[in-house]
Amino acid sequence: MTARIGVVTFPGSLDDRDSRRAIRLAGAEPVALWHKDKDLKQVDAVVLPGGFSYGDYLRAGAISRFSPVMGTVIEQAKSGMPVLGICNGFQILTEAHLLPGGMLGNDHLHFICRDQKLKVENAETAWTADYESGQEIHIPLKNMDGRYVADERTLDMLEAEGRVVFRYVVGGDTSHGHGHVNPDGYGNPNGSLRDIAGITNEAGNVVGLMPHPEHAVEPLVGSGRTDGLPFFTSILKKLVNA
Amino acid sequence: MSRTPLDTVEHAAGTPDVELPWAELGLKKDEYERVVEILGRRPTGAELAMYSVMWSEHCSYKSSKVHLRQFGEKAPQSDALLVGIGENAGVVDVGQGYAVTFKVESHNHPSYVEPYQGAATGVGGIVRDIIAMGARPVAVVDPLRFGAADHPDTKRVLPGVVAGIGGYGNCLGLPNIGGEVVFDACYQGNPLVNAGAIGVMRHEDIHLAKASGPGNKVILYGARTGGDGIGGASILASETFDDAKPSKRPAVQVGDPFQEKLLIECTLEAFAEKLVVGIQDLGAAGLSCATSELASNGSGGMRVTLDDVPLRDSTLSPEEILMSESQERMCAVVEPSKVDRFLEICDKWDVIATVIGEVTDGDRLEIFWHGGKIVDVDPRTVAHDGPVYERPYARPHWQDALQADDANKLPRPTTPEELKSQVLRLVSSPNQASKSWITSQYDHFVQGNTVLAQPEDSGMIRIDEESGLGVAIATDGNGRYTKLDPYHGAQLALAEAYRNVATTGAKPLAVSDCLNFGSPEDPAVMWQFAEAIRGLADGCLQLGTPVTGGNVSLYNQTGEAAIHPTPVVAVLGVIDDVARRTPVAYREEGQLLYLLGDTREEFGGSAWSQVVHDHLGGLPPQVDLERERLLGEILISASRDGMIDSAHDLSDGGLIQAVVESALLGDKGARLVVPDELDAFTFLFSESAGRAVVAIPRSEELRFNDMCGARGLPATRIGVVDGSASDAVVEVQGEFTLTLSELRTAHEDTIPALLA
Amino acid sequence: MARVVVDVMLKPEILDPQGQAVQRALPRLGFEGISDVRQGKRFELEVDGPVDDTALARIHELAESFLANTVIEDFTVKVEEVAEAGK
Repeated sequence: MTARIGVVTFPGSLDDRDSRRAIRLAGAEPVALWHKDKDLKQVDAVVLPGGFSYGDYLRAGAISRFSPVMGTVIEQAKSGMPVLGICNGFQILTEAHLLPGGMLGNDHLHFICRDQKLKVENAETAWTADYESGQEIHIPLKNMDGRYVADERTLDMLEAEGRVVFRYVVGGDTSHGHGHVNPDGYGNPNGSLRDIAGITNEAGNVVGLMPHPEHAVEPLVGSGRTDGLPFFTSILKKLVNA
Repeated sequence: MSRTPLDTVEHAAGTPDVELPWAELGLKKDEYERVVEILGRRPTGAELAMYSVMWSEHCSYKSSKVHLRQFGEKAPQSDALLVGIGENAGVVDVGQGYAVTFKVESHNHPSYVEPYQGAATGVGGIVRDIIAMGARPVAVVDPLRFGAADHPDTKRVLPGVVAGIGGYGNCLGLPNIGGEVVFDACYQGNPLVNAGAIGVMRHEDIHLAKASGPGNKVILYGARTGGDGIGGASILASETFDDAKPSKRPAVQVGDPFQEKLLIECTLEAFAEKLVVGIQDLGAAGLSCATSELASNGSGGMRVTLDDVPLRDSTLSPEEILMSESQERMCAVVEPSKVDRFLEICDKWDVIATVIGEVTDGDRLEIFWHGGKIVDVDPRTVAHDGPVYERPYARPHWQDALQADDANKLPRPTTPEELKSQVLRLVSSPNQASKSWITSQYDHFVQGNTVLAQPEDSGMIRIDEESGLGVAIATDGNGRYTKLDPYHGAQLALAEAYRNVATTGAKPLAVSDCLNFGSPEDPAVMWQFAEAIRGLADGCLQLGTPVTGGNVSLYNQTGEAAIHPTPVVAVLGVIDDVARRTPVAYREEGQLLYLLGDTREEFGGSAWSQVVHDHLGGLPPQVDLERERLLGEILISASRDGMIDSAHDLSDGGLIQAVVESALLGDKGARLVVPDELDAFTFLFSESAGRAVVAIPRSEELRFNDMCGARGLPATRIGVVDGSASDAVVEVQGEFTLTLSELRTAHEDTIPALLA
Repeated sequence: MARVVVDVMLKPEILDPQGQAVQRALPRLGFEGISDVRQGKRFELEVDGPVDDTALARIHELAESFLANTVIEDFTVKVEEVAEAGK
């Protein structure tokens, strides 16, 4: 048997098809979900994909968070269903208060697209079990509003509880700034506080991150690496063994 | 206040002496007289609005038409061409039942006025052209040209243009996989913002812009209509018909990429259910263009009720509604039984859709407003029978002097130190420097099918996940070469784009072009235009790549100073399996570097002559299209048979530029030896066409040499990939050594320092 | 008809790069003596009927749950008199 993983399409979702492809390549069954439906079609987990839902008007993720499908996702996430928010999906999760903090415009005010170096800080969540803690991976990053912010207390809490899942790897040669061919993908690309790239909720079933693992699942296309595939194999194993 | 009576057809017939502001709308006296002659009466205000926009240079190609005909007359035999010039975009058969549509367009002037919105709506427009053919858009490319890199206005225009392209294209979910950024003082005040797009469909999904079948409904869907881009029509509205109106409407259109994304999805869903008989996007000239083109390409006439057009601004006059260039709108022709389903799909995507008319069995385009008929024309006279000009042209008096100012006579570096410092100046000059500060603002991952993106020689997209079938696209144009010799300059643009496609392993199939020139009323400019078209048409015939469509942008000049003639050529290619693509970056140490082709002392229009001597003169490199074809065949065979791991075409900047780029991208060094028959300077800086550098695994050397020998392509071993990461260097034996780190700083710091 | 204006500003402790970019441009444009710029959003709500306490309470709720993200933003609500259109 395999697992059914839903991918929600909001108006303005862009990476919904890519997320379904990544789920299929990992061996699970992708299920397309529509923002106007409350019904999650009995999926075992949900991916909120990247994009510019509602044009990112108002705030990134702010309008999608009130869609019918999100009512059900929020309810089920609170009772333990695994949810992964990628980029715009991460923004939706913070707007929905499933994850703490918020997302603002990049500190350099430009869109940025590059293959980003990340450190896995927490390999215990539903979506990261196939990584090892401390592992360094490359995952494509592309966003306008990627700057993670929260108050100091929240940040301290996230650190103390091990809920920072990914951090941008700072170091190496970053003297050339964000606009350079940076073969190693070092550096904080958007001014996120404490170099946070992704976080989880207390239970570890809800994970949000700015980089796009679905663009790193095939050697030929995208970044040419497959560092993103473990997201989807992690969840598959967890669901199948559950 | 009272309104003057509605200017209906009947009213116009009864008031022949009313003066209309035809001159303010850009019509010439004889053009206006021709409209009166066609109609047999004076036009109504609405008719005048339609004729004036549709007969503009931009929509009618009145100055360029007589030359553009050559693309049809000299078209090579090609089985690949499914839809040729004249539709929204050309369509090419790429095999396995797939068809690909692609086109390049200009949005030059709007991008100078308002860089962000001008560039953004340029992307929006070209993408709608692609959807209108029935295809899903899969990638965009952006050839850009700006004034001098250090000019203050470039710092205003460039960041806005780049943010606009990114802001719109990223939001649509279209990977940006290629293009160019060129700086030259000649584009100061006239930046060139060209935008290209590619779409993919199955053969049976091709749609055309025609309204057939009497009784079929005309549906306008997408954004509401507002007062965007109707500077001209407001004259008609405010000064003649209703003085209470605001005297000027904004000339700048504002784009809403979110709306366009919904438009793409909803249109593709309607196509998939076979609901659409004909379709046209609304771009320049808005509804005037869409209704007259749909009607004139179909079998019957069309009746439209303008009152049914959803408005953003309720004060718009009918003339303004007809001319509005509000973005993100499309017009579909749908059978009555399928209208409900069509509207349902639009509703699903929250897209406003309204039936505004129907196809009739007559041959007239009739438009109504408040119950009165305000347009009654033969749509062909609006859309296709515009004026055609044989503009006078003449070789400019300065051309001989320009060509006589031979760049080969410029002082050359005399010591290894001088050579080295000129290499550094070259690779750090704005035109040769890394553009990643710009391209990192574009999403190139979205859709998950990007195989190659800039700074590769061509962008490549996988179109079938099972078979690995893919397409490649490259755009090139060199205004400096074209200024020196328009005929050969245009062919060099074609040759370079063709070569760039072949370098990545794809077979070139077809061409689209964006022809950017100065004023056609200047005989010198018109000569450049005529020569460039002739060169391009001859070149396409010889290479077997038909021109499938494109765009002409004239009047790119300030006062007497025209831009360099800049034909930008896009070549589309196909590759059977993207796993066989060849990237630019060096991959493995120890691989052998081979230079393919002949190197001559050719420096006219070169990057070296510009960077070191600020010089433009002489003749551009020789063109040998048979050699280009042979080189292409060798590169494609070598990629298919796994004989090469890296390839880079040689163009502006010459060999050293190409080697430095491959080294930096691969983070590998290179040791070069100057071939016996060449001097170091010519070896490094010459811009002879028809050349590439390839990296060959040692095990393939014999086989590769045999292939080149048998086919008659000169192949010279010039060095080896050597050294990795921090200690790596680019060395030219007996001349100089530069570390990768020095080169990276030189190559990558320039653009951020100027613009960030 | 009345207009209610909701102003949304980033919380003071949150970095505002857009505001900073504006501020950095000021000396270049010849405007001296401005020590800080922060950029916010203004929403103008045209309200049918009277703007009484109940209406204001609803708008306050709308601002808190939707127009502003109170994790990162503060907001204020104020009623603005609309001049009668003089036609």
